[in-house]
Amino acid sequence: MSDSLPLAEVAGRDETASWYEATARERIAGLLDAASFVEFVPPTARETSPHLHLFDLPVAFDDGMIVGAGRLQGGCVLVAAQEGRFMGGTFGEIAGAKLVGLLRAARETGGGCAVLLLLDSGGVRLQEANAGEIAVSEIIGAILDARAAGVAVVALIGGRAGTFGGAGLISACCSHVVVSEQARISVTGPEVIETNKGVEEFDSRDRALVWRITGGRTRVLLGIADRIVSDRIECFREAALQGVRQAPAFGLATLVAEQRRLEQRLRTLGECRDTPEIWRAMGIDEPGDVADLGDEAFAAVVAGQGTRHDAR
Amino acid sequence: MIQTEVRSWDRQRTARHERLGRAASLAKGKQVQASDATALLEALLQPGDRVCLEGDNQKQADLLARALAAADPARVHDLHIVQSGIVLPEHLEIFERGIARKLDFSYSGPQGASIARALNNGRIELGAIHTYIELFARYYMDLTPHVALIAAVQADAQGNLYTGPNTEDTPTIVEATAFKSGIVVAQVNRIVDRLPRVDIPGDQVDFIIEADRPFYVEPLFTRDPASITETQILMAMMAIKGIYAEYGVKRLNHGIGFGTAAIELLLPTFAERLGLKGKIATHWALNPHPTLIPAIESGWVEQIHCFGSEVGMDAYMAARPDIYFTGRDGTLRSNRMMCQNAGLYACDMFIGSTLQIDLDGNSSTVTPDRIAGFGGAPNMGADAHGRRHASDSWLKAGREASDGNIAMTRGRKLVVQIVETFGAGMAPTFVERLDSVALAEKLQLELVPVMIYGDDVTHIVTEEGIANLLLCRTREEREQAIRGVAGYTEVGRGRDRAVVQKLRERRVIRRPEDLGLNPLDATRHLLAARSIRDLVGWSKDLYRPPSKFRNW
Amino acid sequence: MEQFTIQAEAASRCGGTRPSAIIGVVASGNLEILLERIEGTGCAIEVATSATGFRPIWEAVIADFVQRTSPGGLRISINDGGARPDTVSLRLMQGVRLISEVP
Repeated sequence: MSDSLPLAEVAGRDETASWYEATARERIAGLLDAASFVEFVPPTARETSPHLHLFDLPVAFDDGMIVGAGRLQGGCVLVAAQEGRFMGGTFGEIAGAKLVGLLRAARETGGGCAVLLLLDSGGVRLQEANAGEIAVSEIIGAILDARAAGVAVVALIGGRAGTFGGAGLISACCSHVVVSEQARISVTGPEVIETNKGVEEFDSRDRALVWRITGGRTRVLLGIADRIVSDRIECFREAALQGVRQAPAFGLATLVAEQRRLEQRLRTLGECRDTPEIWRAMGIDEPGDVADLGDEAFAAVVAGQGTRHDAR
Repeated sequence: MIQTEVRSWDRQRTARHERLGRAASLAKGKQVQASDATALLEALLQPGDRVCLEGDNQKQADLLARALAAADPARVHDLHIVQSGIVLPEHLEIFERGIARKLDFSYSGPQGASIARALNNGRIELGAIHTYIELFARYYMDLTPHVALIAAVQADAQGNLYTGPNTEDTPTIVEATAFKSGIVVAQVNRIVDRLPRVDIPGDQVDFIIEADRPFYVEPLFTRDPASITETQILMAMMAIKGIYAEYGVKRLNHGIGFGTAAIELLLPTFAERLGLKGKIATHWALNPHPTLIPAIESGWVEQIHCFGSEVGMDAYMAARPDIYFTGRDGTLRSNRMMCQNAGLYACDMFIGSTLQIDLDGNSSTVTPDRIAGFGGAPNMGADAHGRRHASDSWLKAGREASDGNIAMTRGRKLVVQIVETFGAGMAPTFVERLDSVALAEKLQLELVPVMIYGDDVTHIVTEEGIANLLLCRTREEREQAIRGVAGYTEVGRGRDRAVVQKLRERRVIRRPEDLGLNPLDATRHLLAARSIRDLVGWSKDLYRPPSKFRNW
Repeated sequence: MEQFTIQAEAASRCGGTRPSAIIGVVASGNLEILLERIEGTGCAIEVATSATGFRPIWEAVIADFVQRTSPGGLRISINDGGARPDTVSLRLMQGVRLISEVP
């Protein structure tokens, strides 16, 4: 199992290292306690996609999903990280199986080890769609099983590929979601909306619009994410630690409360066409400028909302 | 007594009054409704007129372009278009519809392929492809416009114009037209009672039209630091250490590629650690590159004069009047003619990228079937033989070129090409024969479009090293020096290894290790900003990037 | 896709004690390189690339790499998304540095 495989060049702990820019392996290395990560099914096992060669596409030795165990401030964590730059971080057969296996192992720890999901994914991999769709549903089941067994599952989101499709669904099942302002969370991606509904409905190339609707700041104000941090691996580490500690209990009462929260949100905001309308309805000053605020000023807006999502 | 024919000396002025008379009913004072724009042009224009429809690589008189493209070819035809940029689809439509026939221009950019097609099928009769400053010069010699159609931000009722940060070509065009009995029509974003400042006096402007939307400006000089590669960072490190530092280059112009963007972002980090602050890169002829913000904020830059503006930079520049040229109103004043002149005569170095370089060092951005034009690069990237003032870097380059054995030392401008050996799609940058040669043959051009001639190039920087062409003494040496930095391209693999080794010993070729650099140290951590968001932070939130560059 | 193996003989074995290392990402214009120890001073480089027809360039890049860094006793496996030679060269050097590091 262990191969003491060095993750990638990590010269000490770089306090300015960007989460958005880092590879999946760099994120893991910067997130966990130094040299604590042990990879399961490492690249040397060469468990690569059995499908991509049919499409004349290159494989990756880890299929874009890195799973293993490590320590976070001394505590045990199981970690899965998607490489958003390989095939858009998509769920294929091998990548999906690796994550399902990790989550099932986590359930067996009965809460002894938390799970960190470093999501960076456009969703299901089109070239292996059936396997990918099955994987996503198995992952959702495994997350809920693990949470029911007392395991905290924390999603960390702020990569290039965003968190779309199945990955968006998966993020919604986690105990705690941490984002940066670069993060995007949605089920149907901007390009898909534009393709199906036309550019008048959604211009996927209008990046300000894309982030206004799906971006980290929007998601944290709407309660889809619990915490927003600066785009630094250090900040994600600190937030992961807190997320593991603060993860809410999982049971019927939590779910009923969540259902009420969502119904309430739909009633009050369901008619809004764009986020500035939502911010106005929520009583936020200068609703158009939310995206342009500095990190600290935005943190004050979030604090002013007193957003709590213990319903998860 | 010799009998001479009586000649009238003011025929142009008379013609001007006739044109104004034909258009009078459409104007109220100087104001014409946007809906009457085409009618105005039909009244003013005569077949064969030379017309400047203002448009360059940034701002566009787009309303007037649409109005001219909609004119009746039975009334308006065979125009001779003399303008900087062929950029909008309407610029081509004017030729397709027969409204215009002849073209003298400078830059085409996105319409490069359409222009090549129109030349090929005879829709366009080409005069010449110019550099900016060269075309402007001809406005005052043999291509003076009869009618200029220009763009400004605001006008008042008297026709005074405020051109705002994107002043660019306007004063040059208006000067040539208005003072030679021509007619000036301006589209403006708004007509106001009082202008923030007057860029063009009203007595040089005949008609003003309030447009339904602001004139289009292309963000052409924004390079996202997120896209800068380790290879580009390595090249930037080599350039700073091997050229900027060695020659002590203070006055310069940068191209718009990612290699030079990397250099801008390494000034406050890598170059600062080399102790170069204040010794290099202090005075610039440069558009408002957002990637220069960290260097400005770190105190590297004394001053910058701009050809044009850049989308999102206006508030930042207005807040930095010690650095930029600003009007009494506080906003940037750009001027392409002046800045090109500064780049030609007052810069000690130009450094920029290109698509192809041949074995003589000639470079071109022409690809098969595309005419991109020249813009300003050939003026920046040329030794000005009329220069008569000295500087240390200019003299050092001159001494290297002359081998120190010439009685009368003359300086040289440093003209540096910074390129990766392969471009997009594994297209080699180094070639035996430029694609522009084939294009010139196909379109029967009198001149092969060459961006920078090999005899002006002093250095070529690639990821493999720096070739100093000043130190080459024969044509064969130049060729091997170029092959010696051409990497794994066919040209590079065709090198004579023994000759290249000798050139390296003579410091004609210098590898990263010869400069004390390890390619493994070339990481993105060296960049002062790694994203557009970082640039916004450096600017203290004054820089407002356009939507397409956002990821937040 | 094109696959081939290039066999080279290095002057000496690659230093360090790590059994393996991986660097880079399979993406357009990028590649991943997996390095593992083998016996002897040979260097076996297995290339799987999405860009076909560039084997002579790979051979030239690898010949220079073997001469510069002496990666003896390594099996190097490459999944390439069409990286340019300078990127390949850089990743190979990064890979050797990584596996040579004392953990």
